[in-house]
Amino acid sequence: MSASLTINNAKLLTATGIETGGLRAENGVITDIGDVAKADGAIDAKGQLLAPGLIDFGVFAIDKPAFHFGGITRAALMPDQSPILDYPARVNYIAKSGKPDLWVHPLAAATAGLSGRELAEIALMRDAGARGVATGRQWIADSGTMLRLLQYAAMLDLVVVSHAEDSGIAGDAVATAGEMATRLGLPSAPSEAESLAIARDIALAEMTGARLHLRQVTTAAGLQLVREAKSRGVNVTAGVTPAHFMLSDLATAEFRTFARLSPPLRSEADRQAVIAAIGEGVIDVIASGHDPRGPEDKRLPFADAEAGMAGAETLLAMSLTLVRDKVLAMEELFQLLAGNPAKLLGVNAGVLAVGAEADLAVIDPEKPWVVDSRKMAATAGNTPFDGGPTQGRVTALYKGGKAIAS
Amino acid sequence: MTSSQTSSARSIVSGRYPAGQLAFPHRDLLGIAQLERHEILYLLESAEQWVDLNRQSAKHSDALAGLTVINAFFENSTRTLLSFEIAGKRLGADVVNMHAAQSSVKKGETLIDTAITLNAMRADAIVIRHGSSGAVDLIASKVDCPVLNAGDGQHEHPTQALLDALALRNALRQRGETGEDFTGMTVTICGDILHSRVARSNILCLQALGASVRLCAPPALMPAGVEAIGAEPFTDFDAALSGSDVVMMLRLQTERMEGQFIPSAREYHHLYGLTKDRLESAAPDALVMHPGPMNRGVEIDSDVADMLDRSIITAQVEMGVAIRMAALDILTRRRRKVAGWEDEA
Repeated sequence: MSASLTINNAKLLTATGIETGGLRAENGVITDIGDVAKADGAIDAKGQLLAPGLIDFGVFAIDKPAFHFGGITRAALMPDQSPILDYPARVNYIAKSGKPDLWVHPLAAATAGLSGRELAEIALMRDAGARGVATGRQWIADSGTMLRLLQYAAMLDLVVVSHAEDSGIAGDAVATAGEMATRLGLPSAPSEAESLAIARDIALAEMTGARLHLRQVTTAAGLQLVREAKSRGVNVTAGVTPAHFMLSDLATAEFRTFARLSPPLRSEADRQAVIAAIGEGVIDVIASGHDPRGPEDKRLPFADAEAGMAGAETLLAMSLTLVRDKVLAMEELFQLLAGNPAKLLGVNAGVLAVGAEADLAVIDPEKPWVVDSRKMAATAGNTPFDGGPTQGRVTALYKGGKAIAS
Repeated sequence: MTSSQTSSARSIVSGRYPAGQLAFPHRDLLGIAQLERHEILYLLESAEQWVDLNRQSAKHSDALAGLTVINAFFENSTRTLLSFEIAGKRLGADVVNMHAAQSSVKKGETLIDTAITLNAMRADAIVIRHGSSGAVDLIASKVDCPVLNAGDGQHEHPTQALLDALALRNALRQRGETGEDFTGMTVTICGDILHSRVARSNILCLQALGASVRLCAPPALMPAGVEAIGAEPFTDFDAALSGSDVVMMLRLQTERMEGQFIPSAREYHHLYGLTKDRLESAAPDALVMHPGPMNRGVEIDSDVADMLDRSIITAQVEMGVAIRMAALDILTRRRRKVAGWEDEA
């Protein structure tokens, strides 16, 4: 007996646009799209949006309730875990950890212990289930190590996920140099810490032909380097989290540690540059950077608090503002939230297409709600959007054709 | 109510400031950024009576009798701690010093837990110094008594800026000037601006009182975006000094520097040391200030620091006690049920 799923009366979000109709899946794979015959037990989507489940590229914790709340059916996990994902058995364990209703794609540590010095056993970890390698929360300062990493990853056809922030300039900075950091007296670094790191990483990617993904590009200068590299045909992609297109460093006022992020929040001009870059396709991925942190990490003086935000629940709603503001069409947004991450990871998902995995989200894009850090599904409520009104909720979610209880 | 309590509230010229606690509607003194110009002037004026008291042989008031003031210093300090301790004792409070730098903080207790502990001991005011910017704001949000910021990281040191303003105003009055503020004056602050909470509080305070503020430092020690705060940045000390009415020198905070910011102390003195010759480029009779501790021969020469007619460095220390007495007096008035100050701020 085969497991089947039929959804009717939906606005199907395909790669080319929205069309009214339905969708059928058999054994977890999409088999029909469009005019689907009425079937027993078919689900009426009542005219809501039917989109691919989100693929959250680069999270720091497996937090299933938060992911499901946010319509996320797959997540690429950063190697900054305890213990660090620098050993094949750990990668293998993580790759199976979320199934069946959340697939976790581990990103292997690029260097042993994420120390930035010796390469980790990348090929063994690939065969254990790693879908990419990542430098972790920091960049690899030694350019020789980065060169060898990119050469090796190019040979293995694994994407290298880099955190682009020059550690010599960034030092112990917790803010971007500017009026806000000066008023608050916070250790700060100029935003060029990012563009300098991006320039080096792009040069090495161009030299080696490696696939380079800059997990967060947050400055005008950094985005310009990515824009130019793409036009030269360099195999580089860029990501960002909603924090850097929704907020500027003004959000750190009154030492709000929920706005302590890495890289730090930037100037308003950089925020505008991120939005423009999203609109012209320079940015390929919007991810949550999900990093839930409890009061022991956040209820501290700003510079002593840990960086990071719980972002999985707000990823979709914040990204939908880009559609409402006409920066992107809905189908373009879902390329950034699902299609492109699937391509980077090399998984057959992230699109509504016959033969793809039936990872589906039924979405009411207009549904209003208020972000409340005390009522989050995540293991911690450290969201910089706390108290803000927003719109867009997932009303039903399917992983591999099976409904996920909400 | 003791007579000194009523006199402290009454000594201000009536009608000059809003009545009662509207004159200073803050529970805490966290930074100059929260203060309006008239609130700064109110604090300065309130401090005058304590300057007078401190010059008598019996330097005592019972204004804060029975109250407990805790000085919680999470960072080493000699001068500021002593100044706050003397201020509390002269007002009759029971003053307890907690040297947190060598206490339970070292045993892993979080700042919040320490704050809750202090609160549970029913302090009537807590004076805090901490090495992290924003730490004092954080503690203030967790306790229910007035909190005074005695310096947080590189953020603010409000009582220092207030005592500097008081010392400067008194020096100007001794010269026969009658203004209540510094309108039309140019003040140059020179030194390690980047790491200085004193500079940040002074920029805000001096500007609120009408002065133009110039900042002078080598580029590595100048924070970004100071123009947006209304200060004018200089790297050339002589250019900054030209036409300055006041020169405020800061020391190099080598303990906060990670990495090398300047080649050597000798080289720093060559470019930024205040010598008698250099002082000539400033306005005639320009005043010299320094929040201390001084590194003689580095940022300031001894013959400048000790100029009787120009240096007001020791007056700054004297005014520190009076300003801290004024702040403790004003912030505890609600607890002491001083008339007009009973309501929640």
